[in-house]
Amino acid sequence: MSTRVFVTGLGTISSIGNNVEESYQSLVNSKKGIAPMTRLDSKHKVNRPIAEVNLTNEELANFVNVKTLEGCSRTSLLGIVAAREAAVDAGIINELSSERIGLISATTVGGMGETELHYRNFIDENGQGAHLDYINSHDCGESTQRIADELGMKGYQNTINTACSSSANAILLGSRLIKHGILDKVIVGGTDALCKFTVNGFNTLMILSDKDTTPFSAHRKGLNLGEGAGFVVIESEESAKAKKIYSEVTGYANGCEAFHQTASSPEGDGAYQVMTEALTFAGLKSGDIDYINAHGTATEINDLSEGTAIQRVFGDNVPKVSSTKSFTGHTLGASGGIEAVFSNLAIDRKTIFPNLSFEEQMPELNFKPQTDVIQDVEITNVLSNAFGFGGNNSAVIFSKV
Amino acid sequence: MKVYINGIGNISPQETWDNTKFLKEVVSSDDNRLLCVEPVYKEYISPIKLRRMSKIIKRGIASALIALKDANVENPGAIITGTGWGCWADTEKFLLTMIEQGEEQLTPTAFMQSTHNTVSGQIAISIKCHNYNSTYAHRGVSFERSLQDGMMLCLEGNKNVLVGGFDECTDNFFTMLGRVGAWKKKTINSLDLFNDSQEGSIGGEASIAFIIDSNKTDNSYASIDAMTTFYKPDSDEQVNEKVNEFLSSYNLSPSDIDVVVSGNNGDSKSDAIYNVVLQEFPEATHTGFKHLCGQFDTSTAFGTWLAAKMLKTQSIPSVVKLNDVNKVPSKVLVVNHQNKENYSLQLLSKC
Repeated sequence: MSTRVFVTGLGTISSIGNNVEESYQSLVNSKKGIAPMTRLDSKHKVNRPIAEVNLTNEELANFVNVKTLEGCSRTSLLGIVAAREAAVDAGIINELSSERIGLISATTVGGMGETELHYRNFIDENGQGAHLDYINSHDCGESTQRIADELGMKGYQNTINTACSSSANAILLGSRLIKHGILDKVIVGGTDALCKFTVNGFNTLMILSDKDTTPFSAHRKGLNLGEGAGFVVIESEESAKAKKIYSEVTGYANGCEAFHQTASSPEGDGAYQVMTEALTFAGLKSGDIDYINAHGTATEINDLSEGTAIQRVFGDNVPKVSSTKSFTGHTLGASGGIEAVFSNLAIDRKTIFPNLSFEEQMPELNFKPQTDVIQDVEITNVLSNAFGFGGNNSAVIFSKV
Repeated sequence: MKVYINGIGNISPQETWDNTKFLKEVVSSDDNRLLCVEPVYKEYISPIKLRRMSKIIKRGIASALIALKDANVENPGAIITGTGWGCWADTEKFLLTMIEQGEEQLTPTAFMQSTHNTVSGQIAISIKCHNYNSTYAHRGVSFERSLQDGMMLCLEGNKNVLVGGFDECTDNFFTMLGRVGAWKKKTINSLDLFNDSQEGSIGGEASIAFIIDSNKTDNSYASIDAMTTFYKPDSDEQVNEKVNEFLSSYNLSPSDIDVVVSGNNGDSKSDAIYNVVLQEFPEATHTGFKHLCGQFDTSTAFGTWLAAKMLKTQSIPSVVKLNDVNKVPSKVLVVNHQNKENYSLQLLSKC
């Protein structure tokens, strides 16, 4: 039974890049992916900026050599791109059929982007036969199965849907499966494509900003939705031997605030709980954390709750904090995976990424987010937060080896 | 990785929410769909909250509370659910309103309750449980993933873990899945499921919660000694190899199994493989359960419930029997697969 778990591969696609290198260049050059809606055909085009991946489904399918587009969701396509990049990076692309290698992918909407175009036909008993293949690609689990099939994987698969904390929980579950000796290597992360369903859902909650999102700013107006996928490969100590290691997964925690279905408490009890538990699990003190990749959705409630919890954990010594959702938008089920990739890049490339579009400090908080990129800085421990509907909160700590 | 089932809450098309009963009276249907028999929810949830809740949330909370009470546990060490399609009634309510109203004048309630983790979250809120909370949505093994995580947590020292599975079969869901061949074309009586040669199964739904723990109690139903899953085996022979491998890793052979709970769903395409497996167990009582709950992504949880009840009561209701072998249940193997893709095996013992 391995007691240590290491990150050996990274893969991501989002509005700021189709791979890890492009994403890093955007991050250090403060190049955000938020723009007016072009691909998604929604009524909210005019006043809801969004962070779209700059490729059509056909282009994505060509890129990863998916032969039949019918019945393949955009969520799956994005997932295939990022999971494949992570597997190649970890040098395991040719051994993926092993039953000792698993895939845990998170998604909140699965194939909803296609379902919402064809649902009326799906439920019409006398309807036309067109696009019925998308019925079978709607459920969340299908996207994971599709990624596994395209990569030729035969081992453990799982799909997590704990809303916006989903892919942080994928990292957590994967680490535990390795520690239990059930798997040696796991591709963990998440994928979500933009759809009208989520745009309208978040719009009814009145938490979509009509301008570029401004996390941790006093007059923040909410989030911009985004899409993408982010996966990391994690391996047992034995399996990671002699490989390039990005970091060790030293700490994690999952808890439920049990406060409200979609809101967190102003005191940030849930966020406080998982950050302190993750630190304890890692055997670290709050002062050991060099950088927090915050959940930072820029909703009034999240940033107050998360900011207050950070203040409670770190007191007067709050480390550098940034929300990279100011680049990628909120990619929901993919966010924990994408931010895990960024957290590992922070350690590997000795870089702290900025919190873009910051305006005025929140009066309730004793800290401001980091607004400029910092390079050539030694980063030992990164804390990555992910909080979701249902009060599902998770925190993961990555440490330099 | 052995755990004990110490409490159960099962809201299904049978009157299973009453733990004192065990399939004495059986509910059947003639429209290829079995829908839940509901308990009186206001015994579990305040009427003000009930008004905004869709059926699946009510069922999820009530089945959890029944299981907790059954196990005499107030606060579980974790809440883990599995679901294939999540809170589908709320999802499609928001989806259809959005389509019909052209993205205008929408209200948030259905959207807020549409996420798959609503049930886990609402159980936590109703009992103020701040512990580990997760939701798996992995097709035909969604429940198994939650059980497996719960078993790992017990091994890590967690106490009284709530694991469960839920799915709902709304009218539109039934129509939609019917269009891709999930159900039989001609209607049958649900109790004739195993005698019908058509392709397709019958729809169903349930919300089933278990309290599992490393320690046995006075209320323990059974122990779950092991479980495993495998994916897209190359051949029928490989399925049998996997079953034998699983049993022999616990020093068992097919003759040690008294009862096999088989996931037969009446679909001629997928039942053939069960028959291949069952042939390896000629000395065991063969049982089926999907004529009582229907086919859905988390229906294996009903199989686990059946195994646990048989082991606790030391009886096999005649309605579940598929052969004439009469055994006293001591070791039970639950075998399930969905569309020959995701397979699962569970081994339960009398305790």
